[in-house]
Amino acid sequence: MSAASFTVHQGTAASRIAGIVALVGIAFLSTAPWWAESGWMREFNEMACYLIFAMMWNLLAGYGGMVSIGQQAYLGLGGYVLVALGNFAGLNPFVAVPIAAVAAMIAAFPISRIAFRLSGGHFAIGTWVIAEVLRLTIANISAIGGGSGTSLIALRGIDRATRESVTFWLCLVSVAASVGLVYWFLRSRQGLALLAIRDSEGASESQGVDVGRTKLWVYVVAAFGCGLAGALYFLGNLRISPDAAFSVNWTAFSIFIVMVGGIATIEGPIIGVIVFFLLNRLFSDYGTWYLVGLGLLAILATTRFPKGLWGYVSSRAGLHLFPVHRRLSIDEADGAEQGKPMKAAS
Amino acid sequence: MIEWLNTIVQGVLLGGLYALFAMGLSLIFGVMRLTNIAHGDFIVLAAFGAFALTSQTGIGPLGALAFLLPLSVAFGYALQRVVLNATLARDPLPSLVVTFGLSIIIQNVLQEIFSADPRSIRAGELTTASVQLVEGITVGVLPLLIFVVAVLVAGSLQWLFVRTTIGCAFRATSDDRDTAELMGLDARVVYAWASGLAFAVIAIAGLLQGMRTTVAPADGPGLLLYAFEAVVIGGLGSFWGTFAGGVILGVTQAIGFRLDPGWGIWLGHVVFLVILLVRPAGLFPRMR
Amino acid sequence: MSGAALLSTHALEARYGDFQALFGVDFSIGAGEVVAIIGANGAGKSTLLKTITGLLRAPREAVRLDGEPIGGLRPGEIARRGIAMVPEGRRLFPSLSVEENLRMGKHSGRTGPWNLDTVYSLFPMLHDKRAHPATSLSGGQQQMVAIGRALMANPRLLMCDEISLGLAPIVVKEIYDALPSIIAGGLTAVVVEQDVGLARLVSDRLYCLQEGRVTLAGISGEVTREDISRAYFGDQPQAAR
Repeated sequence: MSAASFTVHQGTAASRIAGIVALVGIAFLSTAPWWAESGWMREFNEMACYLIFAMMWNLLAGYGGMVSIGQQAYLGLGGYVLVALGNFAGLNPFVAVPIAAVAAMIAAFPISRIAFRLSGGHFAIGTWVIAEVLRLTIANISAIGGGSGTSLIALRGIDRATRESVTFWLCLVSVAASVGLVYWFLRSRQGLALLAIRDSEGASESQGVDVGRTKLWVYVVAAFGCGLAGALYFLGNLRISPDAAFSVNWTAFSIFIVMVGGIATIEGPIIGVIVFFLLNRLFSDYGTWYLVGLGLLAILATTRFPKGLWGYVSSRAGLHLFPVHRRLSIDEADGAEQGKPMKAAS
Repeated sequence: MIEWLNTIVQGVLLGGLYALFAMGLSLIFGVMRLTNIAHGDFIVLAAFGAFALTSQTGIGPLGALAFLLPLSVAFGYALQRVVLNATLARDPLPSLVVTFGLSIIIQNVLQEIFSADPRSIRAGELTTASVQLVEGITVGVLPLLIFVVAVLVAGSLQWLFVRTTIGCAFRATSDDRDTAELMGLDARVVYAWASGLAFAVIAIAGLLQGMRTTVAPADGPGLLLYAFEAVVIGGLGSFWGTFAGGVILGVTQAIGFRLDPGWGIWLGHVVFLVILLVRPAGLFPRMR
Repeated sequence: MSGAALLSTHALEARYGDFQALFGVDFSIGAGEVVAIIGANGAGKSTLLKTITGLLRAPREAVRLDGEPIGGLRPGEIARRGIAMVPEGRRLFPSLSVEENLRMGKHSGRTGPWNLDTVYSLFPMLHDKRAHPATSLSGGQQQMVAIGRALMANPRLLMCDEISLGLAPIVVKEIYDALPSIIAGGLTAVVVEQDVGLARLVSDRLYCLQEGRVTLAGISGEVTREDISRAYFGDQPQAAR
């Protein structure tokens, strides 16, 4: 067959429209500090942190096949590095945000050596143990507040309006960049290898895919994202404690967001985080029953609708806003040729 | 010197309790490769069940167990048939998400019913009684009793797995589900019996935990981590390995607590991670 | 013999996901018969056995045992109704001893001539190794355990998938020499074989599959080598009809 007889597509019409809509939306949102209430912006910041964290969990579990219950380790690290750089090194906290994310990413290399000894369900609980070790370590260090935590005092010199605006812009840029990062990663060589591993680890290994290396990259990228989410969250929150920073609830909520929105899609967590915040506004007054409801919904989504809301929509409508799969189209004449049985050479 | 020996003895006894936590987890994982995130919460649920029984009706802990044990087995069997069997796949994700969801549901329902306060099961004089082993080493009767129960449970499970027909069916289904079904078994039923058995151990563990110390609705994840660490340290060779894993964890934590109360649990986790790094298959991997 | 068939399939189709592996297979075997199924790798032989034993889904009416539809039942249920399989690659349980492996056959809940004593008298060397882990045995001995395990189920129909594969010819002969004494007990057998000569020798009738379709069905003593080679490689598919 000649090379000209087929073409490989990744983009779709919907994806190009979505891209334009997203750019316009970001441009519009970036003017928010001039017209939005600060409460609204705080809400957006929080949502951005949850979305980034959930996207990273989705990258690990949905694409990498690594179900972690310990990603709060990197969220907490990001937060604490931010606080330590601001309070002790006197660094501008806004500048410290990317540094904190990189620090979380660097920490992922040695930690992966331990975590990767386990697989499947054992990997899930093992990563949780690692997060607990970090929580208990920091709770025992009194210089950074011990168990009761500490405040981000480095922001005190900056007036409130500037602080809120810059924090909002950082969150907006970070969430857009994180979507872009995941999208780029999945379309890259490493991402293609990842999709191959998900289909069959053995087969892709025999095709020359370095499974260990690819998984390490996913793990490290996810740690970067989680560290970023942590730094942003505690930049907006101004106060950090080990119990809040290393809480397993971060992972619990991100599992809910991803499973309800649609696992192994980029659109899923975005939809999931919107659903999560809507439910939170409507029902969080019910306290424990609200959490019981979230647990039930996650179970229901996993057992009855494993593709989540977005999976349902996209399979019905054939819609792909972030196409990572390459689609082959073969033109008519060649297609007919291909349909004929192959002539055996023997 | 004698104080350190005392610490180790107390740690060994604590390890017996951890072994009880671990054996149910190890059983379910061994038979069906299911990691039950809600394992600790089920232990806490059993403890609250025993608490409610003893405080409402006035029956003793043994009476509560007589009631709780069959209930727990039936619950485990039904949970497996109705919920968990459908989540079993090569991909661990569905079973992890479902059991994680169950964990959150149990914690919050317990908190709604019993409030977040820690509770304890009254065991009368058993709680305070102690015996002196040698000069300087005194152990509580209850911790000693718990240790003996743990030894009995480990021995019984090991006997059941190695010597009985159902044990053979457990091992065969674990080895090769399809071929086990070709023999006339229904894997869904085999798994349900394995869960029922694990829930018998869970009921015992919950009752004893509630008697020895206090339980609060949010305790489950902590217990899960101890159980998990004992399983991995012990390796998946036998229930005696899991038992040894529990004892190693108990001794480590006791030593840590003695050095500094703030670092006891931390030391347990860290020693677990070190063992994982050095001996990924655990200290007592498959023996046959 | 359509009325007397012990097991029959009717326009049986089977698929693995999007890949269709069987296309309208009609197969039948009468009580007391030995039928061989031959065909190249990937022709659908193992798939046929898997659909009969319930490991792969099948429409209820497409498989009948003694006239009763059994398609799509769970493998355990089909085993209890009297179909036992010696799976390809033996599939012994590695954490069980030889004797524990044999005892697994009893989960069919059926009674009959086969028990530990009769299996040990058929394959005496298994008795000496009964406490050994099953997978520590030689390939031929493992195959005997697999056959013994299936016999312990006291099936009406025994299905053997590639029992000669990877074994030395002398071992294969030893195993097939046991077949007559197995059949003498009134057992019916389906034998899937790569070795066409062997298949013709041990069977009353044979079927040849090619790409999921039956391309030849006939009395083993009557089909010629040319028929088989045509059915096998499908040079002229129409000639096989």
